[in-house]
Amino acid sequence: MITWLRELLMPAAGTAYARQVDDLFLFLTGLTLFFFLLIAGLTAWFVVRYRRARGAARGAAPSRHTALEVAWSVIPLALVIVIFFWGFHGYINAAVPPADALEIKVTGRKWLWQFEYPNGLRTINELHVPVAKPVRLVMISEDVIHSFYVPTFRIKQDVLPGKYTQLWFQAAETGVHRLLCAEFCGTGHSDMLGAIHVQGAEEYSQWLEKGGEGAEAVPAAQLGRLLYAKYGCDACHSLDGSRGEGPSFRGVFGRPVRLADGRSVPADENYLRESILQPQAKVVAGFQPVMPTFQGLLREREIAALIEFIKEQK
Amino acid sequence: MTDWNYLNERRGLWSWLTTLDHKRIGVMYLWSTLLAFFLGGVFAMLIRLELLTPGKTVMSAETYNKMFTLHGAVMIFLFIIPSIPAALGNFVLPLLLGAKDVAFPRLNLASYYLYLAGALMALASLAAGGIDTGWTFYTPYSTSTGGAVNLVTLAVFVLGFSSIFTGINFIATVHKLRAPGMSWFRMPLFVWGMYATAVIQILATPVLGITVLLLLMERLLGIGIFDPKLGGDPVLFQHFFWFYSHPAVYIMILPGMAIISEVIPVFSRRPIFGYRAIAFSSVAIAGVSFLVWGHHMFVSGQSVLASAIFSFLTFLVAIPSAVKVFNWVATMYRGSISLQAPMLYAICFLLLFAIGGLTGLFLGALATDVHLHDTYFVVAHFHYVMMGGTVIAFLAGLHYWWPKMFGRMYSERWSRVAAGLVFVGFNATFLAQFVLGSRGMPRRYYNYLPEFQPLHILSTVGSWTLALGLLIMAGYLLASLRRPPDAPPNPWGGLTLEWRTGSPPPVHNFERTPRVEGGPYDFPLVPEEAAAGRRP
Repeated sequence: MITWLRELLMPAAGTAYARQVDDLFLFLTGLTLFFFLLIAGLTAWFVVRYRRARGAARGAAPSRHTALEVAWSVIPLALVIVIFFWGFHGYINAAVPPADALEIKVTGRKWLWQFEYPNGLRTINELHVPVAKPVRLVMISEDVIHSFYVPTFRIKQDVLPGKYTQLWFQAAETGVHRLLCAEFCGTGHSDMLGAIHVQGAEEYSQWLEKGGEGAEAVPAAQLGRLLYAKYGCDACHSLDGSRGEGPSFRGVFGRPVRLADGRSVPADENYLRESILQPQAKVVAGFQPVMPTFQGLLREREIAALIEFIKEQK
Repeated sequence: MTDWNYLNERRGLWSWLTTLDHKRIGVMYLWSTLLAFFLGGVFAMLIRLELLTPGKTVMSAETYNKMFTLHGAVMIFLFIIPSIPAALGNFVLPLLLGAKDVAFPRLNLASYYLYLAGALMALASLAAGGIDTGWTFYTPYSTSTGGAVNLVTLAVFVLGFSSIFTGINFIATVHKLRAPGMSWFRMPLFVWGMYATAVIQILATPVLGITVLLLLMERLLGIGIFDPKLGGDPVLFQHFFWFYSHPAVYIMILPGMAIISEVIPVFSRRPIFGYRAIAFSSVAIAGVSFLVWGHHMFVSGQSVLASAIFSFLTFLVAIPSAVKVFNWVATMYRGSISLQAPMLYAICFLLLFAIGGLTGLFLGALATDVHLHDTYFVVAHFHYVMMGGTVIAFLAGLHYWWPKMFGRMYSERWSRVAAGLVFVGFNATFLAQFVLGSRGMPRRYYNYLPEFQPLHILSTVGSWTLALGLLIMAGYLLASLRRPPDAPPNPWGGLTLEWRTGSPPPVHNFERTPRVEGGPYDFPLVPEEAAAGRRP
């Protein structure tokens, strides 16, 4: 019965996480059926038994009953607290990617998905991932909001312009999964589809070697190094830890950064991105706000490449 | 009968356009909102027709996108939000309180003209190329797309003020114009519901006004607020938008609940079970409604902590809603239940709202929402609440107060046929959509995968059944107007004050100011039962 309901209501589960979501979904389905039948059953019973045409016993019923009213406030309250924690538990699992996850960059644009692999390989609408390995997607949009939705993985995350969002999953078996755009983005919204190819480790690395269509050979970090020189970042930001007009790139990624206003923020992708595009937003303690903005000068891939380059300066 | 009443004491179009009588303004609102309902319904039928097959059935993707935008905008801003408060509420609220009119009759008329202006602007957008943003106007899509976005958002701004005026009026009326003897806890529950609604209208609607103004500033003046290209934040728009639009959901459902709280006791001949619990739950829902907007944004990139807090607060809304449902069911216990049209719709409401409310649990829970967000599951859920809940309650109220408004009874037999078709058609249309959604069909999709077609066919056929039911209803209601007046002052045996005056009421509502001696639902023992001596 439960398997039947699961197959009726949900697409096949492609990850262990998806099974967890299904458990909650089925619990809620059972709860809904129970309460619906309770309400409908009582209503039907009262309507039939106390129809006006039928002279049944009536009248002598209280118009308030404290114990009953407390019961039907407290029982639902207890139930929703359970549901809340159950749902929260799953959400937390989905929100925190494992540290060793394979990182793939996703760019959404009207109306296609573009993927970039660690070796610089790029594909369109076709994401290849190894089986049984956590994959972390760092996503950005070039125009409007899109949403990265994989029904069989039960995951979804909006893809925003101007801010990275992330998503992770670990496919249980090899196979093909459907990727959809779930945030309305215009004429081609319902055709902004993709496929996720889950491959065996061997097969995946072979595919990476050969390269998918549209490959641009330069890996992101290498492109970042070229841009570092081209845009003159090297004038102020050293790579060896020495102090210039601006802080050195060495070891900056992932560490907390103390700001001029006393706060401390982690130097993650969004921090670096913001510091490139709006350098005055968060000025590092001990430095003058002298850096010009690169807003509008860099393409999305170039920003990502610079960040990748900074990440490598360990 | 040669009785003078509000319909025949003055005649002519001008007397209607310049009227300050809350009943006439209510009637004008009623016809206007019903027209909007018809129009929004036509859009809905075209959407369902297009979805009969994957790819193109009758219209292009661009047209389809404009169609669902207009369906949403017309139904929400022109029909559901004003339907119960401004149409039915305007008519009956002063009557229920034993008042001559609302506190500010001129403001009331101004509200109607603002509504009319907003409605015309929204419809003029059709001629100006339509808009394809969805009724939610999410940025940066809405700041970058063409079409008549400026006109429609300006219309929303104007309609917002119409709604605020009604809210101000109702609050002042409830505070100042209650008949002698009507203490707060002798007020009919419809009044409590309207009061809670009015509070939300006044506090939340200005935020929508400001939001659309900011949107217009960005579109017209290039001031960067939401568009990241100009240094804005697109998610900020969603926060602003839902800060209004989530409370707006309660602006829509609280009046529906309020009608059900009137109808069930009258047709069960029983005092409402737990009067105070129902009254306070309306206020509680209004309060919590301001704290849950972030549950529309679990996958938007907002922080995990924010999502967790919003999820928890969202579940708190379930409690007062559950209390209401159980209290309504308990009211029928040992009643003397008559299944006339208003009660039939009230029972439809109970069943459909139960489904709508319970499926909300799936969407409040974080892990399941991530999968279901922006799918047909959400579409089905909010149609169960907004149509199965509010619109069905509106129909219950329309059938309940129709004799009072127009002095005519309608065909009881046809009303049963219509209610049956509406109930069956509605469930066929939207139950199918729950399954479509949980299986992964996103909303606002013009094209879809072939595997989803059987459920789409079921949904479309359901929509035809639903439409047939509503057309039959329109038929017998309009037909009743052609007959001579036949409604007695109190056709249902209600105890609230509107039944103590004529059907339709005189211009000043009551011959003399009524005095209130007891509660609105103090039904005595049923006569036939006392006679039969069948007490347990």
